[in-house]
Amino acid sequence: MPSAKFEYLLRLGDTVLVLSQRLSEWCGRGPVLEEDMALANTGLDLLGHARMWLTYAGEVEGKGRDEDALAYLRDDAAFRNMLLVERPNGNYADTLTRQFFFDAWHRLALAELVKSSDSTVAGIAGKALKEVEYHFQRSTDLIIRLGGGTDYSHRLMQAAVDEFWPYTGELFECDAVDQEMIVLDVGFDARSLRAPWLATVANTLETATLVSPPADAWMHKGGRTGVHTQALSYLLGEMQVLPRRYPGAQW
Amino acid sequence: MYAQMVDTGVKKLRTRGELSDAERAFQDRVDAGIKIEPKDAMPEAYRRTLIRQISQHAHSEIVGMLPEGNWLTRAPSLKRKAILMAKVQDEGGHGLYLYAAAETLGISRDEMIEELHAGKAKYSSIFNYPTLTWADIGTIGWLVDGAAIMNQIPLCQCSYGPYSRAMIRVCKEESFHMRQGFDLLCALCKGTDEQKAMAQDALNRWWWPSIMMFGPPDDESTHSAQSAAWKIKLFSNDTLRQRFIDQTVPQADYLGLKLPDPDLKWNAERGHYDYGAIDWAEFMNVVKGNGPCNRERLATRVKAYEDGAWFRDALVAHAEKRRRKAA
Repeated sequence: MPSAKFEYLLRLGDTVLVLSQRLSEWCGRGPVLEEDMALANTGLDLLGHARMWLTYAGEVEGKGRDEDALAYLRDDAAFRNMLLVERPNGNYADTLTRQFFFDAWHRLALAELVKSSDSTVAGIAGKALKEVEYHFQRSTDLIIRLGGGTDYSHRLMQAAVDEFWPYTGELFECDAVDQEMIVLDVGFDARSLRAPWLATVANTLETATLVSPPADAWMHKGGRTGVHTQALSYLLGEMQVLPRRYPGAQW
Repeated sequence: MYAQMVDTGVKKLRTRGELSDAERAFQDRVDAGIKIEPKDAMPEAYRRTLIRQISQHAHSEIVGMLPEGNWLTRAPSLKRKAILMAKVQDEGGHGLYLYAAAETLGISRDEMIEELHAGKAKYSSIFNYPTLTWADIGTIGWLVDGAAIMNQIPLCQCSYGPYSRAMIRVCKEESFHMRQGFDLLCALCKGTDEQKAMAQDALNRWWWPSIMMFGPPDDESTHSAQSAAWKIKLFSNDTLRQRFIDQTVPQADYLGLKLPDPDLKWNAERGHYDYGAIDWAEFMNVVKGNGPCNRERLATRVKAYEDGAWFRDALVAHAEKRRRKAA
């Protein structure tokens, strides 16, 4: 039985790893050069966080697995990322909306983790938080401008909000793993982030002239316990191809 | 690099006596090593040639992201993925500096992109080759960025101020990219037989296109004399090619890889490596659009631009609304 802390770190690491992978799919295909750079920049930040979380997860597990063993040699059922980040990129409105929902949660989560009694967790969170504040500012700004841009951009943004909304419930789940981390003062109670997240998102969407779906809407879940959408195994199939094809090779 | 066969619009280099007074004054400034700045007077042909050269270079940075993007999602370690993602970001940055440098000459980025999409502006033909394996990513860093640096370091001294300053910054980052590419190949060459074979295969495919990057041989390089007089081309194609080959042979030896040229050998008399005949028919075909990926690369760029039109329009519309509200 893996330790709760290991599971907890995988949830953090896998979530940013998978989102980084999704952003890298845009390489060279953004709507404008500045966006290509911003996508690479954000993806690179998230990848950096993923490497720190997964390296620490491997240390906590104590079975000699490093960041690459964890990223490349687990199947989708062993991934603990939230469903929101594995959803396909869609159009640029979809990618930005997914990012905004995530960024708004990510900064709240990291601000809690900075207070962790585990100094490694607090250290990683502190480093990541500075970058994520910027991600959040950027995605908030774009949501507002695109929601309030043309009729067409407004329609695309509303459709994206509606599409990703049912994947946001998982951001605020609290199961036995979380409970154990709360008791040990390592982690935080995600349920407490729901109200500030809803307030921030509602405020931004309103400024963007977009409609917030009902807070009590039906929500998908399962990613954090390894039950994913169909999209993840394709993502991993692509990402993991070389280490799987050439077992033991060093790169 | 990434500018080759830049048309100067000038058929023949004129003698000093054939120049007008203004042209002579301009040439004197260039000869004296005084940088030309955006607001300075300059011959129209100089301005147009620089636009072609700098925009071609900018387009190459952007199109060059595509062959790398092909492996970004499949990088075999998180460290390699991070290095490649940072490289791609740098290339976007180079594209931005270069478009901005070209804009000082009186053309907009949108106009340059339109010319690219219409097939009127070129980008380096090297990016019309496919990246078939992970080793291609290392080989591009080592050879393609290596060749680019060989060409760009002299351009740091070129006559046009904004271009020379952009090149200084670009060169610093390119040399990182080259070392990272070489390091990637070192890992493969120290690895399994399959990894080493992957590296050799990539070198076999990229070697000739890489040395073609310097452009046609000097006796067929029709625009070089004028570009040299303007100091926007500091060394001839063959000179740079020779330097690149001389630099690269020992690096290939270090990796334990064989360059795919049976005629390659040290010539003690010349103090350089001799090399075999380059297939210029292949080069011209790739330049004309018949390379393995010409259509795909351009189609990808056009689609990205068209798919992103709503995004750009929305930002403009929002800014306009904000402006009206403030007024």
